[in-house]
Amino acid sequence: MTDAPAQTRDLFSKFDPLINEREALLATGVRDPYAIVMDQVLSPTRAIIKGKETILLGTYNYMGMTFDPDVVAAGKKALDEFGAGTTGSRVLNGTYQGHKEVEDALKEFYGTSGAMVFSTGYQANLGIISTLAGKGDYVVLDADSHASIYDGCGLGNAEIVRFRHNSVEDLDKRLGRLPADALKLVVLEGVYSMLGDVAPLPEMVAAIRKHPNCMILCDEAHGMGFFGPNGRGAYEEQGVEGEIDFVVGTFSKSVGTVGGFCVSNHPKFEILRLVCRPYVFTASLPPSVVATAATSIRKLMHAGEKRAHLWKNSKRLHGGLTDLGFKLGSETPQSAIIAVILTDQMQAVAMWQTLLELGLYVNMARPPATPAGTFLLRCSLCAEHSDEQVEQIIGMFETAGKATGAIA
Amino acid sequence: MTDRTAIFDSVAAQIAPFNKKDVALTEATTFAGDLEWDSLTVMDFVAAIEDEFDIIITMNMQAEIETVGQLVDAVAKLKG
Repeated sequence: MTDAPAQTRDLFSKFDPLINEREALLATGVRDPYAIVMDQVLSPTRAIIKGKETILLGTYNYMGMTFDPDVVAAGKKALDEFGAGTTGSRVLNGTYQGHKEVEDALKEFYGTSGAMVFSTGYQANLGIISTLAGKGDYVVLDADSHASIYDGCGLGNAEIVRFRHNSVEDLDKRLGRLPADALKLVVLEGVYSMLGDVAPLPEMVAAIRKHPNCMILCDEAHGMGFFGPNGRGAYEEQGVEGEIDFVVGTFSKSVGTVGGFCVSNHPKFEILRLVCRPYVFTASLPPSVVATAATSIRKLMHAGEKRAHLWKNSKRLHGGLTDLGFKLGSETPQSAIIAVILTDQMQAVAMWQTLLELGLYVNMARPPATPAGTFLLRCSLCAEHSDEQVEQIIGMFETAGKATGAIA
Repeated sequence: MTDRTAIFDSVAAQIAPFNKKDVALTEATTFAGDLEWDSLTVMDFVAAIEDEFDIIITMNMQAEIETVGQLVDAVAKLKG
């Protein structure tokens, strides 16, 4: 390889503004929020970071399944029996018994006739959106959609139309302006991951159904496990199960491992296995991963107590932070995500670092991942956070907030 | 006043609240370069234009529109 000179203009020059911004920030002596290493992970809620035991409040481990003994045992058994990986595509040599078992578990969990497992949640959106909506079709999406939804639009050939975040009126208006005979895929998310706010799905579904030729996809990445009587997601809790054509989800949040999926009752759903490029042209999940996912999904069907404790945690943290004077992403505790909105990057990094030094890890998020150019600290709760841990967390926010001037 | 002039004037009126630096508007004014709009401003502005003219400017079309003149042409075509 060549040793490229650092100063000349090349393909990296477009990143110079970001490089300079990061260098200026790190020159103030703060730690890099995007370079954390978990040296040891003790449980779903505790890890060792730079020698310090730290409470984890910035994972998507909502149901705390990562260390569940049955889940771990299933993974070990599959690793022994089926080996480390499949080295193959799902449509060639990469479908093992375990892949069928996890798809069966999903069909039972969601009560659908079809389930398709992808190697990540990102690829599930990429594949389903780009494949379903073709040339001349329309994808209609919420402006605050996850990057995987936008990238699914980018990969495909459909016309892309955005509506203002969670605005039923804006969605209705835009659908009304599209050609009636055109086929449309409307993409919604049950829970939006940056602010933790929930979509008004019944109102949105009613608006969509006024217009012809629309199918609805609902991403339940942040809703699976603890919304609705069966933990299917916000769409189940809000009673619109019969109206959603496709549910996309992930194994990397409540399920506690990695992988993505789409479930549907569409009679032709199976054909997607042959035409969906992000499904066909990549290696399938390792046997140990699908075994842990299948075990976890089946346990999540009967996790009522965990769900109840997660909601209790969310309500307590939301109330505690509100009482301290923090500005939060949603006025009420709507999900397991609680976003603390800060004024700028310096304040956000200062808060983040102070919390880390006190022994609390949260996510720092910044534009373009965040809506409306905000800087925020995203807290995601776990069903395994104890009541004591939640009180400790509130105490650390009070200390850090006062130390950095974020609260009076 | 031609239709195109009328559209230009309406577009200019929609740009005004987002034109924080009072940049003088011509056909050649660019949204990213001259007006220095970020992606969030662009999104709000596009929604305002769509509602003003009762049209849809898809993200595919938006990617091709760099100047005020190009936007006026696109609106004229979409209004058809």
